[in-house]
Amino acid sequence: MSILIKQGRVIDPANKRDGVFDLLIEKGKIVKIEENITDSAQTVIKAQGKIVSPGLVDMHVHLREPGREDKETVSSGTLAAAKGGVTSVLAMPNTEPAIDSESIVNLLASIIKKDAKVKAYISAAITKGRDGKKITDFKNLKKAGAIAVSDDGCSVDSKTIMLKALEEAKKEDILVICHCEDHSLSKKGVMNKGFFSTKLGLCGISKESEYKMVARDIELAKKTGARIHIAHVSCKESVEIIAKAKAKGIRVSAETAPHYFSLIDESVSGYDTNMKMNPPLRGVADCQAIKKGLADGAIDAIASDHAPHTINEKAIEFDRAAFGVVGLETELAVAITELIDTGMLTWLQLIAKMSLNPSRILNLNQGSLGINSPADVIVISPDKEWVVEEENIISQSKNSSFLGKKLKGLIDYTICQGKIVYQSQ
Amino acid sequence: MEKWTKKDLLGLEELSREEIEHVLSTAESFKEVSTREIKKVPALRGKTVVNLFYEPSTRTRVSFEVAAKRLSADVINVAIETSSVKKGETLTDTGKNIEALKADIIVVRHSSSGAPAMLAESLKANVVNAGDGWHEHPTQALLDMFTLKEKIGRIQGLKVSIVGDIAHSRVARSNIWGLTKLGALVTVCAPKVLIPEGIEQMGVRVTHDIDQALKDADAVNVLRMQFERDESAAFPKQLEYFKTFGITSQRLKKLKKNIIVMHPGPINRGIEISSEVADGENSVILEQVTNGIAVRMAALFLVSNSQQE
Ligand SMILES: [Zn+2]
Ligand SMILES: [Zn+2]
Repeated sequence: MSILIKQGRVIDPANKRDGVFDLLIEKGKIVKIEENITDSAQTVIKAQGKIVSPGLVDMHVHLREPGREDKETVSSGTLAAAKGGVTSVLAMPNTEPAIDSESIVNLLASIIKKDAKVKAYISAAITKGRDGKKITDFKNLKKAGAIAVSDDGCSVDSKTIMLKALEEAKKEDILVICHCEDHSLSKKGVMNKGFFSTKLGLCGISKESEYKMVARDIELAKKTGARIHIAHVSCKESVEIIAKAKAKGIRVSAETAPHYFSLIDESVSGYDTNMKMNPPLRGVADCQAIKKGLADGAIDAIASDHAPHTINEKAIEFDRAAFGVVGLETELAVAITELIDTGMLTWLQLIAKMSLNPSRILNLNQGSLGINSPADVIVISPDKEWVVEEENIISQSKNSSFLGKKLKGLIDYTICQGKIVYQSQ
Repeated sequence: MEKWTKKDLLGLEELSREEIEHVLSTAESFKEVSTREIKKVPALRGKTVVNLFYEPSTRTRVSFEVAAKRLSADVINVAIETSSVKKGETLTDTGKNIEALKADIIVVRHSSSGAPAMLAESLKANVVNAGDGWHEHPTQALLDMFTLKEKIGRIQGLKVSIVGDIAHSRVARSNIWGLTKLGALVTVCAPKVLIPEGIEQMGVRVTHDIDQALKDADAVNVLRMQFERDESAAFPKQLEYFKTFGITSQRLKKLKKNIIVMHPGPINRGIEISSEVADGENSVILEQVTNGIAVRMAALFLVSNSQQE
C-alpha cells in the first residue's frame, strides 16, 4: 500500500517544517518528503490548499470499555478518533472495573487489538479500584503494557499515599497523570463557583479546589523526582503554578481541553448539561489564561478529555447529570477556530500541542513526519466551516458542548500506520 | 402591556418590568374575588391544574390549590418523594405522563435548580415554577412585591433589605430580580458564609451588619433559616445567629420608624425573628399569605391565556 500526498502545506514541528511538499507513504512508513515526488503510488491525494500534519495524539480519552459499552466502546471511540484526525489515544482507566491489574490491562489490550481503528494506549489506575487507598502494582502494569497511571475522575486524596505512588512511579519510570481536585473543597459542586452559579442557584466548584491540588502534586513531584502530568487544566492559577514549577525545573507537563479555551461558565445558563464537566467551565480571565498558557508553553498539550455519556445520564436535572463531554470529533476544529483563526498559535505550535508534545510526554515515537516515521498523517481543510450536529457525531454518545456551533477546519483524510482509516465524503 | 406572551412562569429574571407590573395588577383584580361570599370566578373552568411537588411544601401547594379552585379549575396534587427520583422515571417522563392526562397547567416544586425550565421545554402544558432549588420562587417574590405595593403604594425607590441565608434561597433571588427591575434598592444581609459569590452583580448591596441593613430600610424580608441543612462548621450556630441577625423588637425600636416586616414562612420563632415582631404591628406575614392567593390566581390565569408570538 502506497499513498502519495501532493502539494499540501506540510506542518511538521518535529522537523521544524512548514511549507508545500509532496509526501510519500509506503508500507506504513513515511519514505519521502520532497518538493516534487514523481514516483507512482496506489493512492494519490491532491492536497493543494490543505494542511498535511502528523496524526493527532490525544492523551486523555475515555473509551469506557470494559464495562460501560452503553456509552462508548473501543471500536466506536477509535472510529470517532479517526474522524477527528486522532491517530493515537490514551485510554483512561476509570472503566468498570477500573484498569488496576495486569489481567484487566491484558483484557483491554486484547479488545484494542481486535477492535481499535487507530492506535490506543492504556493508562492504568494509581490505586486499586481508584479508591485512593492501596497503590497498584506499577511494575507489572507497565510490563503488561500500561504507559501511564492515573486515578482520573478524582485525585488521590491522601498526601501520604500520593507521595508513595510518586516514589514508586519514579522507581518504575512511569508517568503519573493527575486529575487535580480537592474533594473537601469541590464537594457537591456542579459548575464553576461565581456569579453564574449564584444566579442559577447551583452549587459551585471553586478554582481553589483545582489549583491547591495542582500545587500539592507538583510539590510531591519535586520531592520525589517523578514525572507528573496535570490533566485538564481549567483555571488561571493552575497555569501560573505550573509555569513557576517548570521554571524551577520540576518534571511536570500539562494539558488542557478545547472547552476550557473556547467556553466559559456563562454557557451553563439554561442548564445545558452538555456544559457540565469536571473541572467546570471557568470565567473569562481563566479562558484567556489558558490560551496564553498554550502560547507561552506553560501548557504543553491539548487533549479532548472525551467523556461519552448516554442520553439517560444527560437529559436529566443539571445537578444530577453526569460530568463530561465528548470531544474527539471536534477538538481540532475548536482549536483551529479559537487558536489559529485568532492568531494565538501558529500552525506549527498547534500541531505540536496536539501531536508531538503529547507523544513526547508519553514517550511514544510519534507526532513526526520524519523519514521512516510511522505513517500517521492527516489532511485537513483548514478553512472549511461546518456546524456540529448530533446526526454527524459518530461517537456512540452525543454529549457535545459544541452542538449547533459553527467551527472551522475539517479532516479530509486520516492515515494511521499507512492505511486510510477515515476519509470525508 | 398588550398581551401576555409567556407560556410558562419560570422566574422573575426572564420577566420585564412591564410583565411584572402586569402580573401585579392582574392580581389586584383577583384579590377582590376572595372577599366575595362565593369566592369563585369561572376564568379557568374546565382546565386542569396539576401540582407536581418533588419537595414537601404544604403552604405553597395549598396556596396554589386554593388559587386554582377560585378560578374554577380542577386540581390534582401529585407528590413525589425526592428519594424515589433516583430509581423512578425521569422528570420529563413524569411531565409527559401528566400531560397525557390532559393537564393544562403544571405547577412544579423541585429541589433541582432548573427543573421547571427543563419541564417547560419538553411540554406543551403551561409550567409554573413553585420553587426550584436555590434558583427562583417567582410567585413568592411577586406576592412579596404585591404586599409592599399594597402597603406603601409603590416599589420604585423603596429600600428593601433581605436578611438570612441568601446563598441557599430562591426567595432571595426572585425578590432581587423583581425588586431591582421595579426600581427598589435592595440590600442583602447575612453572615459571610451565607452570601453567595458575585451576588453584587445582581444589583444589590451587601452588608454583614443587621443594624445597618435595617437603618435605611422601608421593609425587611426575613428568610427562614434552615440550620439542619448545612453540616459544615462554617455555618453559624442558631443562638449566635439570633443574637447577631435576629429581627427583634429591640432592634426595631431603635429605628424610630415604621418598617414593614415580611417573611415567606414558615417562621422559626426565636431563630430569625422574635415572636413579638412576628405577631407585632410591623408584621405583614399573614397578609402575605392572603395575597399569595391573588398572585397565584394571576399567574395561573396569565400563563393559561398566553398568546405565543
Ligand atoms: Zn479528570
Ligand atoms: Zn478524564
